[in-house]
Amino acid sequence: METTVIRTGTEGKTWGGGNQPLKVSYGKLMMWFFILSDALTFSGFLASYGFARYKFSDSWPIADEVFNHFPFLHGVDAPMYYVALMTFILIFSSVTMVLAVDAGHQMKKGKVTFYMLLTIIGGIIFLGSQAWEWKNFIQGTYGAIETRGGNILQFVNDDGERVALADFVTAAPAERVLHERTNGLWFVDEPTLPRYTMEDVLAGFEANPNLHVRTQELTETGEKVILTRQASMAKLQNEGIGIIEGANLQKNEYGHPLFGDFFFFITGFHGFHVLTGVLINIIIFFNVLIGTYERRGHYEMVEKVGLYWHFVDLVWVFVFTFFYLV
Amino acid sequence: MAHDTTHAHESSTKRIWTVFIILSVITLVEVILGIIKPDFLVHTYFISLKLINWIFIVLTIWKAYYITWAFMHMEGETKGLRRSVVWTAGFLIVYLIFILLTEGDYVYEVMQREQIAWDF
Repeated sequence: METTVIRTGTEGKTWGGGNQPLKVSYGKLMMWFFILSDALTFSGFLASYGFARYKFSDSWPIADEVFNHFPFLHGVDAPMYYVALMTFILIFSSVTMVLAVDAGHQMKKGKVTFYMLLTIIGGIIFLGSQAWEWKNFIQGTYGAIETRGGNILQFVNDDGERVALADFVTAAPAERVLHERTNGLWFVDEPTLPRYTMEDVLAGFEANPNLHVRTQELTETGEKVILTRQASMAKLQNEGIGIIEGANLQKNEYGHPLFGDFFFFITGFHGFHVLTGVLINIIIFFNVLIGTYERRGHYEMVEKVGLYWHFVDLVWVFVFTFFYLV
Repeated sequence: MAHDTTHAHESSTKRIWTVFIILSVITLVEVILGIIKPDFLVHTYFISLKLINWIFIVLTIWKAYYITWAFMHMEGETKGLRRSVVWTAGFLIVYLIFILLTEGDYVYEVMQREQIAWDF
């Protein structure tokens, strides 16, 4: 065998092989490069969100008005408090994770177990919060009118406060029945019928002289344009085609469809990362519990999953800034 | 380098809690600025971006620095590893943002200029 060894003249030098120039194990290095590629995926998402923001820079929805819910505070305008709370939860679970890694360095099994458990609980609370956020976004609060051009019109009173459709529209008795498989053709059905027709909205709008239409357009100072009474009426009659309540991937009551799409994709992709993070954390937690790493002599596995968990936190910091603050 | 990862066994709990406090304070500042939105910061532009948004972006990168360096322990890794991760991400992301935002702004201009009604 010795004859097959090729001497390159680089023995003992950096490129001679057999050394670890980066001084980390294979697993940790690959986790770093996975994180790098994942970071680029998220950057792609956020940068394309920026593209849409710039393209519609005079008509993008105002995040403060969309995300203003807080548990047990119904009808109270609480912009961003909830997202800020979610951010704290995730940062704190990052802290417990790094404490677990630190305890692992000192081979303290009990401490690692305890901090891993706290991290998992933090992750689950965050996921629950995100589900609640999605529920609010999908259900919507006020409802809006869709125009022929694919824009939306919202309603405000004389003081500029938002008014929900349900506050001034009453549904007229309708002839039209929802077509289900049980009452019509057995092989087709249709989506749920809207609660109000355009005629209901127009009647309600006429009956309430303090109402105005608010368009998507932003003024120089960054507020939405509110139309006069006459202009509102004309706009509704000429352009309105139906109502939108809540949000899906096709349309939403907040503004451009892209706003809803980016919300679902960016927070959804991040939430999926949190979910896998929690699952991996649970696996490692049980491995710690049964003493796998104690026998192995080191807790490097906790370090690796820790890297992933911190990365999830890191991404949320950017999502928080670009989706909710900027 | 502060110390090598392979034989750092002394506890760094104190540093972890310090970083946690720094991150919390930065987040609080962001939230408070986002809620009160001072007129001066909202209406002053610097390189065609509101001053308040510059502040948010700088604070975010500052937070990202602490998470990567302290929590992910990048400060203890070798220069080679640090650069291969941070520089790669840095260059590609800056390039991506530059291209997409320039293009987005161009599309906005076109939509203002052209003889097509977008709101009908």
